[in-house]
Amino acid sequence: MGKFTKKKDGIHLDRRSFLKGAALGVAGIALPLHKADASVWEAFFQKRFIEMNDAEKKQVLARLEREYEEKYKIAIKVGDEKAIPGVLFGYGLDLSRCIGCRRCVYACVEENNQSKDPQIQWISVLRFKKGEKWVDLENSDRYYNPELVPEEGYFTMPVQCQQCENPPCVRACPTQATWKEPDGIVVVDYNWCIGCRYCMAACPYGARHFNWAEPGRKPEELNPETHYLGNRPRYKGVVEKCTFCIQRTRKGLYPACVEACPVGARKFGNLLDPNSEIRYAIEHKRVFRLKEDLNTNPKFYYFFAYGT
Amino acid sequence: MTKKLKAGPVLYLILLAAIIVLPVIARAEDDDISNKFFVPPPPFSPGIFPCSQCHRGMPVNKHPRKLQMHQEIADNFKHMPGGWCFDCHNPDNRDKLRLANGKLVSFKKSYILCGQCHGVVLRDWKVGLHGKRTGMWNGKKEYRLCVNCHWPHNPPFKAIKPLPPPVRPADIK
Ligand code: HEC
Ligand code: HEC
Ligand code: HEC
Ligand code: HEC
Repeated sequence: MGKFTKKKDGIHLDRRSFLKGAALGVAGIALPLHKADASVWEAFFQKRFIEMNDAEKKQVLARLEREYEEKYKIAIKVGDEKAIPGVLFGYGLDLSRCIGCRRCVYACVEENNQSKDPQIQWISVLRFKKGEKWVDLENSDRYYNPELVPEEGYFTMPVQCQQCENPPCVRACPTQATWKEPDGIVVVDYNWCIGCRYCMAACPYGARHFNWAEPGRKPEELNPETHYLGNRPRYKGVVEKCTFCIQRTRKGLYPACVEACPVGARKFGNLLDPNSEIRYAIEHKRVFRLKEDLNTNPKFYYFFAYGT
Repeated sequence: MTKKLKAGPVLYLILLAAIIVLPVIARAEDDDISNKFFVPPPPFSPGIFPCSQCHRGMPVNKHPRKLQMHQEIADNFKHMPGGWCFDCHNPDNRDKLRLANGKLVSFKKSYILCGQCHGVVLRDWKVGLHGKRTGMWNGKKEYRLCVNCHWPHNPPFKAIKPLPPPVRPADIK
């Protein structure tokens, strides 16, 4: 039976159960027919964002803003800044500087409206003992909690979406709810995600996160500057991940994690611009990418500035 | 052949121009450094600047010794081995820093001082790789002074308290 929920705090369609119902040929799915629920129909027959024309987008953004306002009682702006022509975003992380302080993790949560309870964090900081075989992500410690960092004998490595040029998550999605934008950012259309989590299984970096419950966060703590494909409030049952702060970077701003890093380990810019700091890092420092053998071709470069 | 001959006077003119213009360029380059890197104000302790409020007219003693003032700096000083205050500070006008070649630089440009001995790091800093820039990745950026992150008198980056670890899956209710 297709179910979609219209709670007092907003509307979200459970597209998965609807599709399941449809596939099973269950007739008479209870869709509301009175006028007040027009927006439910609108939401349901909404195209994927990538297929909409500007007028359709405008309509959808306005509808979302209405829904969010009703749900959170604050005005939330949902933008749709497009990719800047001639830009392919790349990220650099200097492992010789990172001290594992997790400032980036929490700056990201604030900026990108992650749920606090249950907790979702797009950045995980992994700790490794120096000298150990380390690019073994599974054997790292992410719960370290010393009095002070850096700690003698350890180094730390933050991991988030690697924005692969060849993203396995995109291929795994049965509804094409996730795709790679022209500026290289892999995005999720939360109104198309059915929550099957195939993408999570496909991601070699553990970078995708699932909303098992309704995202929990005080409305007054929401960042009201959002992007449709980025930090707008999510729904129960959808997958989310780092988008290089699409709502900031498409306006020319640095991502929140770059701004928050106290040691300056985080670098960001246009891979197509030979004068960008990211290009400088790639050309002058020893860089590597995570699990390069998988041919995912990440646009997230780790490097060691010290000693090179 | 004739072409080469014709080039002669032109070349001469260029050289002449270079001789006249070069000193101007050299000076301009200095200004360039000041204007190109937008930095926050130096992180002085409140009330300490200008230094001349006390140092004007004070006798200068260049010898390492116990100080009646700033002793915490002398006590914790650990930078270049055998170094002392006047490797960086200017004895005559304490409101400026002094380079090895005798040139004075303002505290707003203390990175020039650091760059004398840390040339590679300064180069990386200018292109945004060492240290930190905020603002626009495709436009105006604010740099951080070296001394925003490194106390010049004992420069290793100071350890800080990490923010809390994530909740373990088992702890999620
Ligand atoms: C409140 C007054 C005061 C201020 C402001 C002050 N100083 Fe001093 N400074 C002193 C005194 C007093 C001494 C100690 C002289 C001694 O013990 O012989 C001293 C000593 C020093 C010395 C040690 C070398 C020497 O001259 O004997 C340096 C270097 C120095 N000051 C730099 C600075 C700088 C740079 C500033 C500004 C950022 C500054 N001071 C601001 C009072 C001051
Ligand atoms: C490596 C170069 C270097 C050396 C050596 C050095 N200083 Fe400094 N000092 C600086 C710089 C650069 C600043 C400016 C920091 C800032 O912008 O806040 C500074 C700032 C100061 C200040 C102002 C501090 C405050 O609280 O704002 C005092 C006082 C001072 N130095 C005294 C000394 C004394 C005394 C010595 C010798 C024991 C000394 N310095 C040695 C580079 C140096
Ligand atoms: C006159 C040369 C000289 C100047 C000027 C100088 N340094 Fe140094 N610095 C050194 C030397 C030599 C070392 C390495 C020896 C040591 O560790 O004490 C060093 C080490 C350092 C280190 C590494 C410390 C560590 O152990 O990891 C930092 C950071 C540093 N300097 C920052 C600065 C900053 C910031 C400035 C400008 C305020 C500066 N230096 C100015 C000579 C200089
Ligand atoms: C945003 C903070 C930040 C700024 C700004 C910054 N540094 Fe650093 N620097 C670090 C960190 C973090 C390290 C690694 C830990 C350490 O050795 O202190 C480091 C390391 C160093 C080292 C040790 C050698 C190395 O490469 O690891 C030197 C020398 C140094 N910095 C000089 C400078 C100079 C000179 C400037 C200005 C031109 C500067 N730093 C600006 C954060 C900063």
